[in-house]
Amino acid sequence: MHLLVCGGTGCRASSSDAIVESLKSELAANGLENDVQVIMTGCFGFCEKGPIVKVLPDNTFYTQVKPEDAAEIVREHVVKGRKVARLLYTDPAKNEHVSDSKHMGFYRKQIRIALRNCGFINPENIDEYIARDGYQAIGKAITEMDPQQTIDIIKKSGLRGRGGGGFPTGLKWEIASKNKADQKYVVCNADEGDPGAFMDRSILEGDPHSVIEAMSICGYCIGASKGLVYIRAEYPLAIKRLKVAIDQAREYGLLGNNILGSNFSFDIELRYGAGAFVCGEETALIHSMEGLRGEPTVKPPFPAESGYLGKPTNVNNVETFANVPVIILKGADWYSSIGTEKSKGTKVFALAGKINNVGLIEVPMGITLREVIFEIGGGIKNGKKFKAVQTGGPSGGCLTEKHLDTPIDFDNLIAAGSMMGSGGMIVMDEDDCMVAVAKFYLDFTVEESCGKCSPCRIGNKRLYETLEKITKGEGTMEDLDRLRNLSQVIKDTALCGLGQTSPNPVLSTLDNFYHEYLAHVNDRKCPAGQCKSLMQYVIDPEACVGCTACARNCPVNAISGERKKPHEIDTAICIKCGACIEKCKFNAISIQ
Amino acid sequence: MSHIKVELKPEQIAKIQEICKSFKNDAGELINVLHKTQETFGYLPAEVQEVIAANLNISVAKVYGVVTFYSFFTMLPKGKHPISVCTGTACYVRGAEKVLDEFKRVLNIKVGETTPDGKFSLSCLRCVGACGLAPVVLIGEKVYGRVSPDGVKDIIKEYEE
Repeated sequence: MHLLVCGGTGCRASSSDAIVESLKSELAANGLENDVQVIMTGCFGFCEKGPIVKVLPDNTFYTQVKPEDAAEIVREHVVKGRKVARLLYTDPAKNEHVSDSKHMGFYRKQIRIALRNCGFINPENIDEYIARDGYQAIGKAITEMDPQQTIDIIKKSGLRGRGGGGFPTGLKWEIASKNKADQKYVVCNADEGDPGAFMDRSILEGDPHSVIEAMSICGYCIGASKGLVYIRAEYPLAIKRLKVAIDQAREYGLLGNNILGSNFSFDIELRYGAGAFVCGEETALIHSMEGLRGEPTVKPPFPAESGYLGKPTNVNNVETFANVPVIILKGADWYSSIGTEKSKGTKVFALAGKINNVGLIEVPMGITLREVIFEIGGGIKNGKKFKAVQTGGPSGGCLTEKHLDTPIDFDNLIAAGSMMGSGGMIVMDEDDCMVAVAKFYLDFTVEESCGKCSPCRIGNKRLYETLEKITKGEGTMEDLDRLRNLSQVIKDTALCGLGQTSPNPVLSTLDNFYHEYLAHVNDRKCPAGQCKSLMQYVIDPEACVGCTACARNCPVNAISGERKKPHEIDTAICIKCGACIEKCKFNAISIQ
Repeated sequence: MSHIKVELKPEQIAKIQEICKSFKNDAGELINVLHKTQETFGYLPAEVQEVIAANLNISVAKVYGVVTFYSFFTMLPKGKHPISVCTGTACYVRGAEKVLDEFKRVLNIKVGETTPDGKFSLSCLRCVGACGLAPVVLIGEKVYGRVSPDGVKDIIKEYEE
């Protein structure tokens, strides 16, 4: 029997280390420490209900486990074989306990390829990766195929880059393989900068060997002996597990000179990012690895011709790499049987925001947003109404009700005015103001713009200022036209992918939520009640009983009135913090 | 605050030189050198950058350009308990802004500042990847999940003796 405890960042923040310790000591107290193994794995994906403990072989899925629950799990489940019902996941629709994770709505429609090992193996133990067919793909490539044959499998599989662009991976490798040079480089882009997306981190934390193996395969294909992982310094756990994995792979002769006795040599080093979103762009990333400011340069030359230190360089994202070993082992036909005509395989999404089941999911391309949000995601939090879903991060757009039945793939999302991006998927409900959301993203872009080209540096700043003006109720109809025109200019003229896509949040909200912009401009109202400048807190004198709770809790003393008589809010002093509404037991305060 | 002159002690200069040397004084390793130096000193004031520039044989302007480009590097010392409020998208839609406002109000500092007693500094960061716990606040390395504006005072209290 195995007890798997989630060791992802989210669950560790909720003390999964202590759970492992308690389980171990409870097992020892029952003399079972040799019969039952406690393993800290990578992320299970179901972050909403973390920390998760899964029991194998029966797939029992315990949610929101606390260290003090360890005794009961061991006493009841391990010793007596009785499941601890109160810790099981409850299906909200049927109000029934679900004991086998395969039957949970969250997992039913998922196909886990890139995440195949996350939540199954101890990421710090290479033997567990090997036991699940790990390092067989590199073996197969080196011993049975030449580089071109290996590239052909990837090409035929239809795998496209998962970092955002969707460029065919096999073709990218082929171009790099054909450029002649004394030294070439394989780079793994692990600078996951899209706020709200954490798939790359989860893969590196949960299954680092799959990325190492895929990078070696890529090295074999393009003729590179050196690999570099560019990883965010903000991901300490992923860095630690990657280092452990690299050391183990070297020890086993799976990295280093003459891998598996062949004449192919390959080794991997780490390079650290330092917090710059633009470094997700491959030319900027390469400059950053060279110790420079992470500013992009014009392509061509593409990195495949002249990249790191001027040598041919192939850059792929973490999730793209994680797919590679399985494709080599199971074949191109198997992989291309999943997905849509032009987007093959699966995509990992980080589902977050106002949704019941926040977490990391992997679904086949072609699934609809409705299935993702309402079946896997369990619908909108607190029974609110769905308003929009934002995909593609700061480069993407907001999709609405009318897009819910669109099959998700690279091309459909672009046609709908958004993009796949790295896979962030943020769900918003009726309480979210779409003008404020657009402003939020522009604030991000302005901060992250590297400043090299003026459309991005100046244009986005002007977009931000115009949005701010609108959210303050000072916007005009001309401002709305200006937003659209300027957005188009930035799209057409910015230097890199970050700049060219930065107006997308503005354009997509203008397209899909124009009425909200109009309400801000014409009626000076924020329909969602989020824009502070456009709202007022008012006490209803009929409902107010004069209990003074609001006045006592007001941080700026804006509320006055005698005991047992209706109170009043001085709107000139009020900072609109909302403390009074929370304290009022008589529903006498409203936002207007 | 950035105008305060920092007098580096000889042993501090030696430490920086040692760090540079461990990366073979290679200008291409500038970012790694800065990471290591910030880990040791807590921040990267102009005087530290001058020593690094001299050792790697590049201009101070170049070092400064890199330090100011990346948000991870700071030229100001952080508080004893650095507070980082996640303002990634997932936290934003779950009310991170209100939490941030409450920290600003209670500590009476702005983002990027440190309290006069040097105890707390306040900053924003973009996504620690614990979106299931949104909104998230970090104090040092400790992660606080599902923080509400009401809970801010209690969190600060934990560090106040």
